Amino acid sequence: MTDMSNGSASNANGETSWPLWEVFAQSEAGAPHEHVGSIHAVDAESALQNARDVYARRGNVVSLWMVPSDAIIASRPEDSGSLFEPGEDKIYRHPQFYKVPRGMKGF
Amino acid sequence: MQTAAPPAGEEQRLAAFEARLDAGETIEPKDWMPDRYRTQLIRMMSQHAHSEIVGMLPEGNWITRAPSLRRKMTLLAKVQDEAGHGLYIYCGTETLGIDRQELVEQLLSGKAKYSSIFNYPTLSWADMGVIGWFVDGAAIVNQTVLAKTSYGPYARAMIRICKEENFHKRQGYEIVATLARGTPGQRAMIQDAVNRWWWPSIMMLGPSDTNSPNTAELLRWRVKRKTNDELRQRFIDITVPQAQAVGLTLPDPDLKLNEETGHWEIGPIDWDEFWAVVKGNGPCNHERLEARNAAHDNGRWVREAATAYAAKRASATSASVAA
Amino acid sequence: MMTVRAAEPLDVATLAETDRATLAEYLQRLGDDRLVLGHRLSEWCGHAPILEEDIALGNIALDLIGQATRALELAGETEGKGRNADRLAYFREAVEYRNLQLVELPRGDFGYTIARQFFFDAFSVHFLDALRQSSYAELAAWATKALKEDRYHLRHSSEWMLKLGDGTAESHARVQRSVNELWRFTGEMFMDDAVDERMAQLGIVPKPSTLRAQWNTVVTDVLSRAQLERPTHEFFAHGGRTGRHTESLGHMLAEMQIVARSHPDATEW
Repeated sequence: MTDMSNGSASNANGETSWPLWEVFAQSEAGAPHEHVGSIHAVDAESALQNARDVYARRGNVVSLWMVPSDAIIASRPEDSGSLFEPGEDKIYRHPQFYKVPRGMKGF
Repeated sequence: MQTAAPPAGEEQRLAAFEARLDAGETIEPKDWMPDRYRTQLIRMMSQHAHSEIVGMLPEGNWITRAPSLRRKMTLLAKVQDEAGHGLYIYCGTETLGIDRQELVEQLLSGKAKYSSIFNYPTLSWADMGVIGWFVDGAAIVNQTVLAKTSYGPYARAMIRICKEENFHKRQGYEIVATLARGTPGQRAMIQDAVNRWWWPSIMMLGPSDTNSPNTAELLRWRVKRKTNDELRQRFIDITVPQAQAVGLTLPDPDLKLNEETGHWEIGPIDWDEFWAVVKGNGPCNHERLEARNAAHDNGRWVREAATAYAAKRASATSASVAA
Repeated sequence: MMTVRAAEPLDVATLAETDRATLAEYLQRLGDDRLVLGHRLSEWCGHAPILEEDIALGNIALDLIGQATRALELAGETEGKGRNADRLAYFREAVEYRNLQLVELPRGDFGYTIARQFFFDAFSVHFLDALRQSSYAELAAWATKALKEDRYHLRHSSEWMLKLGDGTAESHARVQRSVNELWRFTGEMFMDDAVDERMAQLGIVPKPSTLRAQWNTVVTDVLSRAQLERPTHEFFAHGGRTGRHTESLGHMLAEMQIVARSHPDATEW
């Protein structure tokens, strides 16, 4: 497969496959953007339009982010032990660890 | 909680993998998985996606003839949903390391399978009702269970699809009920459609368990959660009372309720017909593939234009950055 | 630019009978334009060049058919002869339809569909924008909602005009041919007749001729950026507004109406 500088590649038919984008949608103001899926599109404008048509048909979307898939840096599963497990037993980071007299306001 | 780095050695990896599945964990794209799990999933997911796409054709056939504005819009929305579902699942399949273009190529060349039901023709408006009722009904029985499948991207696509699919079956049954209480002409139309679609819909849930070699493995890996026969029985038990409620008969003289088990028992299924359709000799197999190939070929110049346009913009941008 | 006087709200019940009939006629034009165009777009479903366009064109078709349904409902109510939107859509002959000829033309290839859509969208956004000031509240509300939808349609069709016009040599040639063939159908959108004059007098609608300049600006800009030539011939076809259609409409309606007409005594579907 020949690689082209715009992130697409051509397949056996000679047709270029379009870059992949990950789509994040915000359901209402103040909510976080959540990953809803991915789409193929040639450029940012098409990506936005396609994402809108595919993921926002039923309302419940007030904002969309499109990110080229290869721009996403992800943690590797094999590192998850050292990256994330130490956080699981540091219970002093959770409010429930600390005792406060019952009925005390402001906590 | 994920395990730490997978132990060396294929057997140990496999054991760790299966332990994760037994614990009800979800497998994500970057996790280690046996090659066979990967290939089975690609096969299953791509077949599902192809089915959604090909499924647009029998129903798309009646959009331009829908007999009321409301029916026109709801049918168009339904077929559009099917395109969207195909897209979600193609994207999910790509996480397993295969390109969407390759998947499309497999469909167009006839190498890939899709659900046998879409190789039947839609011959009257009433077919739109029956397809929503039987075909989407059977699909829902299958899919609600798939929402708990072990592979993350597939499960997430399925949850999304199930939410959207609810309207499909209701829309179908509403058409059925309306026709069943309509004019004699409308009633005849819907009964005829039921007579043609009942058996193919029953077969849609796949070959009987004794003839389904993939099932055991897929169950062990929690890709499939129920057997074909279990799903088939469920579909029948749900659907028969729905037919009775609107005064329609099902084309099966042997259909009867087993009072003890509470299940509806059916007559013999013509598996020869099923295998003929699966092998490419159903009523519409050729037409379906021709239609998809035509759309693809006729659209090539459009896709190439979009690619060329984007490439021109990209090189213009990098040229101006370099300057 | 507003071309409708923000007049006092119109009470349809107080309209003279001839004006009521004229308004009903006008509403049929609006509904027919969008129903016929929506129908033509819906023909692409399952056959588009890429799956994403099956969805996109489907969305646009749905918007248009939804707008048409509302306009035809209003037409039936205004007419007061007991015809609802379905009755109007499925039981009128081609000569009774009041749509522009532009929208009834067969869908052609993807470039033809896009060019036709672009020409209509460029007209529609300005038309609806002006219609928001209509003295007829129902129509103003209809236009406000439809405008949001049509703005997106224009964005979609403009973008494809650019991609096809400035894509490959083949796409350029195809879409240029489509632009040339469609050009003579773009004049009808801006022709005034007695119905338009009377509706404008009542503050209900903008006169079509007042929208031509804005349309020209948009079209000239997009064609130029798409590396497409703007045709120069100035003879424009017309007749759709009075039921003088091209031969395409009859075939389209035959297909659209066949099931409904085969069961004329059916009361529900």
